[in-house]
Amino acid sequence: MSTLHTVNKSPFERSAFISALNHLKPGDAVLMIEDGVVGARKASAFADLLAKAAKSCSVCVLGPDLAARGMGDKDVIQGVKLVDYSGFVDLVTEHDRTQAWL
Amino acid sequence: MADAKAAEIDSRARKKLMFVNRKAPYGTIYALEALEVVLISAAFEQDVSLAFLDDGVYQLMQGQNTTGIGMKNFSPTYKALGDYDVKKLYVEKESLDERGLKPEDLMEITYEDEDADFAEKPSVRVVSRSELTDIMAQQDVLLNF
Repeated sequence: MSTLHTVNKSPFERSAFISALNHLKPGDAVLMIEDGVVGARKASAFADLLAKAAKSCSVCVLGPDLAARGMGDKDVIQGVKLVDYSGFVDLVTEHDRTQAWL
Repeated sequence: MADAKAAEIDSRARKKLMFVNRKAPYGTIYALEALEVVLISAAFEQDVSLAFLDDGVYQLMQGQNTTGIGMKNFSPTYKALGDYDVKKLYVEKESLDERGLKPEDLMEITYEDEDADFAEKPSVRVVSRSELTDIMAQQDVLLNF
């Protein structure tokens, strides 16, 4: 039994990102979408927090949202997986529930 | 046979729904909208619970007075949830602590326990972050507001 957590707000603007990371269980997945993708940027203030989450959870970022903001796979923290829209759908089906942190 | 089938349909139709409240009331419409959906879900006899964390804990503050801001004070609605069979309101302790709040700062919300001669019992349960994480992981559906 596991949960997919989606985050669509920048951690620099809202607490949703940190709150999601604070409520993870091992085996859960986090997917950063929309403005949430800025949290995946390496060397950002949230990089350590995300790297810690990646030890017990799968951490993903939606590629098209990253590209739209001028970033790509070279810009994200090591261990963060880029997914496309069908990868997003796969994540939803692979977990028992989805929690969309707003 | 028919009973078994009815029970199966019932178990499929009745889901554990948790409404996760993370925003203070009045500044945005989220808190009020969550309450609307909670009441609708309860009308459809779902197993409803609410979680209050981060600024969401402010939704349950005692003594809300909105006369000065020209908005309806919807906080009494939380006290009526028991009548709709909504009796699980989880409040995250860490969120209270971070904001300098104590459980006593929150409204007293109760429900009548029909199995205990309609005794008034508290609906609010203060739980730790890790307890709340476990409770969330037991839900069929999580709806964040």
